[in-house]
Amino acid sequence: MIFSKRTSPYVSGKQDVSSIMRQVLYALIPGTAVLIWYFGWGILSNLVLAIVFAELLEWGMLKLRQRPIRPFLSDYSAVVTAWLLAVAMPAFSPWWLIVIAMIFAIVIAKHLYGGLGYNPFNPAMIGYAAVLVSYPVQMTIWPAPVDFSFAQISLGQTLQHVFAGSTQGWDALSAATPLDAVKVSLSLNKLLSEIYATGQFGLLAGQATWGWVNLAWLLGGLWLLWQRIIGWQIPVALLGTLAVMASVFWLIDPQAYASPLFHLFSGAAMLGAFFIATDPVSASTTPTGKLFYAGGIGLFTYIIRTWGGYPDAIAFSVIIMNMAVPLLDYYTQPRVYGTKQGQRG
Amino acid sequence: MIQILHKLWRNHGGLHLDYHKEDSNAAPTKHLPMAEELIIPLQQHSGYKPTLTVNAGDYVYKGQELASHTGFMKVPVHASTSGTITAIEERPIAHPSGLSDVCIILKPDGKDDWGNARMPTYPDPSQVDGEVLRQRICAAGIVGMGGAVFPAAIKLNVHDNIPIEALVINGAECEPYITCDDRLMREKPVEILRGVQIMMHIIATQRCLIGIEDNKPEAIAAMQAAREELGDQRIAIIPIPTLYPSGSEKQLIKILTGKEVPSGGRPATIGIVCHNPATARAIYRAVVLGEPLIDRYLTITGKGVAQPCNVEVPLGTPIQHLIAHSGGYTQKKPLPSPPLIREGSQEGSYSSPDKGRLGGVSLIMGGPMMGVSLHTDQIPVVKATNCILVSDIPESEQQPALPCIRCGRCAEACPVTLLPQQLYWHSRARDFDKAEQYHLFDCIECGCCSYVCPSHIRLVDYYRFAKAEIRTQREAKTKANIARERHDFHQERLERAKREKAEKLAKHKEQAQTTTDDGKKAAIQAALERAKAKKAEAAQTTTGETTE
Ligand code: SF4
Ligand code: SF4
Repeated sequence: MIFSKRTSPYVSGKQDVSSIMRQVLYALIPGTAVLIWYFGWGILSNLVLAIVFAELLEWGMLKLRQRPIRPFLSDYSAVVTAWLLAVAMPAFSPWWLIVIAMIFAIVIAKHLYGGLGYNPFNPAMIGYAAVLVSYPVQMTIWPAPVDFSFAQISLGQTLQHVFAGSTQGWDALSAATPLDAVKVSLSLNKLLSEIYATGQFGLLAGQATWGWVNLAWLLGGLWLLWQRIIGWQIPVALLGTLAVMASVFWLIDPQAYASPLFHLFSGAAMLGAFFIATDPVSASTTPTGKLFYAGGIGLFTYIIRTWGGYPDAIAFSVIIMNMAVPLLDYYTQPRVYGTKQGQRG
Repeated sequence: MIQILHKLWRNHGGLHLDYHKEDSNAAPTKHLPMAEELIIPLQQHSGYKPTLTVNAGDYVYKGQELASHTGFMKVPVHASTSGTITAIEERPIAHPSGLSDVCIILKPDGKDDWGNARMPTYPDPSQVDGEVLRQRICAAGIVGMGGAVFPAAIKLNVHDNIPIEALVINGAECEPYITCDDRLMREKPVEILRGVQIMMHIIATQRCLIGIEDNKPEAIAAMQAAREELGDQRIAIIPIPTLYPSGSEKQLIKILTGKEVPSGGRPATIGIVCHNPATARAIYRAVVLGEPLIDRYLTITGKGVAQPCNVEVPLGTPIQHLIAHSGGYTQKKPLPSPPLIREGSQEGSYSSPDKGRLGGVSLIMGGPMMGVSLHTDQIPVVKATNCILVSDIPESEQQPALPCIRCGRCAEACPVTLLPQQLYWHSRARDFDKAEQYHLFDCIECGCCSYVCPSHIRLVDYYRFAKAEIRTQREAKTKANIARERHDFHQERLERAKREKAEKLAKHKEQAQTTTDDGKKAAIQAALERAKAKKAEAAQTTTGETTE
């Protein structure tokens, strides 16, 4: 008998890229569901548009780059990118805004750098940052959250808004996010106690909506941890640094600086800690490197949120730290069995 | 008796695998009828080929030496049974590249007759000098039977300046499917321990740690009972957590002693000697019974054989014979195998290194993590063969490699704390210096990284490729160096000759000049003086001679 010649190992584990990406998508469900509860069709249209555009762009780029289509298109990585962008962008985003974000994410940040595995920057965050700097107005206006939003704005209205830019009967519905509100109010020299007194800040010192949304992201994130899809280093270091920074300044002057709880449960803190900063491709790979990487994101997020020009800062912080990854990876190599500490490659 | 809890250390990484041990470890070890012909490869150890001492047509007794071991890193082979040497020729052997090598073909006569081939016995080895015992172990052809096949006698040759703190016996058997050490420890624990005592005597140590993974409770119990029987307090049987690859020598040493073998070093440099239970038993048999290493325990298992089991068979038995006596193959017709394509492959394309994985049945010598895939079952059992694994992994389970997504799972799993992803990166880019800086040569090729990689990258293939490439380059370099040295030397000599000639010529000229010039007189004077001096010298020597 003649046998097929192979090389060891002959067995392999059960995880593969697409199963990992699928699990990330499952973990995104709770947070997305909460968003849908408050923003209804606005989130669904974001999601559908983002995923469709992402897959089309992915397919086109694979074709152009003459790479095999099937294994790459079925790895779900573009879907994850699209999903993250869809939930990070304001509900009811116009279609062209989503297209631009996806082009930056998939074409520029991903494929022009060599496709899956080769992108130094987090594609979703490049897409987000690109539209945020280019269209700050559209990117910072969220509609006011309402319970079971489907009842308020119909699919028809949504489509009109998303595709035709119609804003009939919308003005009353738009509102600033808590991070925005705090920032604007503080710049008007109001005290935080006055801002809180306006009543839109409920649960967890944030607006009720955003508190719930962040809790739901946290839930999904914990599930990812438990499934060992992500390690503990990145979320812990990111949220830890953010909390420490916030605590220090809050203790110095609680009227001028928001509480750590507020920081942890508003904006994209939880989404960033569990889903965005954990993107393996653009994050540091060594255990110690991950701590520094995520700690840096937490630090920059606090700095930009507090003193910078943008209300939220996860995207910029992630991009900044992406740049530090090669250095971090180099200087945080673990000690190899049988060698002395510090014998670096 | 209460087993005193032994402190254990932990290695980085490691994997929990599907072990499939119960497939083969339930039934007692079988003895099979003798095969029609035995194929005994001349070289079954790491080192150099021994020198043949028989010719085709010779009749040999069981245990008779077929090739002699005089010389460095040579280990003899012996006749596994009595019979006639029908040929000495090249046959396929168990080698990753499917090579053939010189084999001695023995046709058994069915008598299994020792003649007077048995070596003298040492019933009480503790009274015998260690060096004598070491010579015996070498003459008995014993090599590391866990798969590394390093000559056992050389491993037992320790330097006086590093006292050996402990003998470590590797009963971990951490690879899935393999159960031959498990069965051996259950069935021959006393022989193993007596072999252990002989080794302790040779290396002059007072401590022996026997590490056994805790998924082998019967083996642990049997070994403990045997230890009680011998009443040797120096030996400790230590259950260790089941975690692949705890049975790798360096990893086991860390687990049991907390010490790390230095990178590029041998265990002896930190006062440890490590051996396998099967080697210990072979040593006992060689010393106390005078029997060379001519048979071994091995496991035949996998979904591809009808009745997985353990057997004790003469070395040289063809694998085909083993399979035939284990119920045969479950799948009769293996799929044709596509050619193995390795270099220059593109990720995501189906012509990646994965191509070689496509196909039906695989025949593997060793375990599923580190074994060698064989292309034919005409290959014989050798000293290294601990397992024959017939796997039939369906084609649908084979996936093409995707690019590395830098997920770090490989680094998490690596028992050596390497960064497999960086190694892969540099090996692939043929940046071998970088790969070496990332400790390529500390990689034990355990396969953990490949196993966990979600992109299905055949990481270990790249390391093997890089290691081979570096070795070839080094060899080429040494050769070039030698050649250059030789050339330089030659050149030097030529130049020196030239220089000397030129100098001589110059001198001559000078002399000629002095003679032609006004120095004529002086020259004559000098010549006269020289003659005078010579005369005086001659006179002195003659007087010297006479006076003496
Ligand atoms: S496990 Fe595979 S994909 Fe993940 S970092 Fe290692 S080589 Fe890359
Ligand atoms: S094969 Fe080498 S690099 Fe991979 S896990 Fe094992 S020791 Fe580490």
